[in-house]
Amino acid sequence: MRLVGYSVRRVFEMMPALLGITLFSFLFIKLLPGDPIMIMFGGRASPETIAAGRARLGLDEPLSTQYLLFLTNAVQGDLGRSITQRAPVTQLIGERLVPSLFLLAYSTIISVALALPLAILSAQRSEQPVDHVIRTFGMITFAMPSFWLGLLMILLFGLVFGLFPISGWGEDFLGHLHSLFLPSLTIGLFLAPILIQSLRSSLLDIMQAEYIEAARAKGLSASRVMWKHVLRNALIPTITILAVNVGFLIGGTVVVESVFGIPGVGRLLIQSVLSRDYPTIQGLTLVFGLLVMSVNLLADLSYVVIDPRVIYK
Amino acid sequence: MNVETAYQTLRTGKVSDAMFGVVHGVRTWPFSLKSGAAIVAVVALLGVLAPVLTPYDPIVGNYSEALDPPSLAHPFGTDNFGRDLLARVLYGAAIDLQIGFVATYVPLVIGVALGAMAGYLGGWFDSLLMRLVDLLIAFPFLVLIIVILAILGPGIQNMYIAIFAVGWTLYARLARAEMLVIREQEYILAARALGYGRLRIIFRHALPNLIGSSLVFSMSDFVLNILLASSLSFFGMGVQPPAPEWGAIVSDGRDWLLQAWWIATLPGLAIIVTGLGLSLIGDGLSKILGQRNNPAL
Repeated sequence: MRLVGYSVRRVFEMMPALLGITLFSFLFIKLLPGDPIMIMFGGRASPETIAAGRARLGLDEPLSTQYLLFLTNAVQGDLGRSITQRAPVTQLIGERLVPSLFLLAYSTIISVALALPLAILSAQRSEQPVDHVIRTFGMITFAMPSFWLGLLMILLFGLVFGLFPISGWGEDFLGHLHSLFLPSLTIGLFLAPILIQSLRSSLLDIMQAEYIEAARAKGLSASRVMWKHVLRNALIPTITILAVNVGFLIGGTVVVESVFGIPGVGRLLIQSVLSRDYPTIQGLTLVFGLLVMSVNLLADLSYVVIDPRVIYK
Repeated sequence: MNVETAYQTLRTGKVSDAMFGVVHGVRTWPFSLKSGAAIVAVVALLGVLAPVLTPYDPIVGNYSEALDPPSLAHPFGTDNFGRDLLARVLYGAAIDLQIGFVATYVPLVIGVALGAMAGYLGGWFDSLLMRLVDLLIAFPFLVLIIVILAILGPGIQNMYIAIFAVGWTLYARLARAEMLVIREQEYILAARALGYGRLRIIFRHALPNLIGSSLVFSMSDFVLNILLASSLSFFGMGVQPPAPEWGAIVSDGRDWLLQAWWIATLPGLAIIVTGLGLSLIGDGLSKILGQRNNPAL
């Protein structure tokens, strides 16, 4: 019950952000030079379509009414029609959302799987050779451009060794896991060093805490202290770091989807920008903003599940 | 000892002291700072000296040498226009370092100034600025940059505008958070008691003490901005061909992956080496600045 109340409160607290996101997406078309209706239809539309578009967007109404209309249409799933793809924007985005979410989850799992053991090792052997090797290695993978690493993986594991498909995202669940492995690894290798760095310092902090000393004093084995006491408390910082970096993560998927030809929203964004498909860009801006917001909400809610004390703070 | 030799020792003493100061200063740098600074200095030198170091032109190629694999004459091979890739990568160093520098430090100056003022002044200025920051960080950074470029059109100028418009937000948050702590310090109270103006207190007294975290972060940001600019150029939205920007070169090699693997792969190494150097500087800086913040020293 308390969880429900907390969730509702968090959702309400996000209203200003939601307002900002929708306002920005709405204003996007207005900021373009030229007549918005000609931009929306790519300059080649019949007078009837133009008149219909004008009525739908209420272009003769004041700006506030237009914004309300934009919101009403958006809530009803109407984000206009793509100029180049001859389909409603909502449909285009809807079809591509699942591969992107799959890729996001997959790369998060891979980067955590890479980062957690390395961060633990790094914290346990702080300022020792192992720690320096891990951190230098992290600096190298952090500096690798995703588009470059992606091409390298396509060349090596796709073309030369033929182990993985070089584009698309597979047919079934196992196919997705197989096809999206290289793209997820590419993003994971970029994100892992960020996670390692932050996790290492929060692990070091936790290891200094008095309750860890108490656990050691009780005579618990080092591994038990690590797994039961340190790691459990490191979970919240991990989620926070992931949530803070979700923007980078999504930026990574935009690049990687285009390189690996994955039919996701990131690739759609690049295609739409290159083909000046403004209604689609507008819809995508809204969706990406909502995506970041949902991840932050999810992170907030997971804190409560992990540590119920959060509600009372 | 006569006056003249005393004067001489005094003078030479001063000069060698100063020299000693510099050498000693570098000597006390952490290893990561030394090695990082050396790497970045070498990359910058290679970029500046590119016209002397390579006989080849980075823009005009020789079609009879198109798609040649790496050899003694062309250590990185040639591209489909017969351009020497090493020459393009060397000339590219100047472009990428410059973009990284401008895209990092212009937003740093804007962000730190705004954040420090918001933190010190509070009130409507603070609320307004922070709402703007909240709005801008509600979108993924890369997506926002791409959307702004969709409005402005591609090109290096517009890329700068897009990065300036968004990049300052993180620095503003950092500086504001530091300022909220510094504002309560006694030396600020002392400065206020002396009747100094608000701007003088913010920029002369507080700023030197809050810039540290932004400087440390700026090194990672430098790497991220080089990655960002090269990604945008890779997609044709940033630096336009035939300029030898590293990401654009990798993009050129996309269509020749199997026939000429060297075009897409070797230029990426330049980005990694530069990024590693910058990250090492950041690591060293955080050690030095961390020490300085330590009250025990």
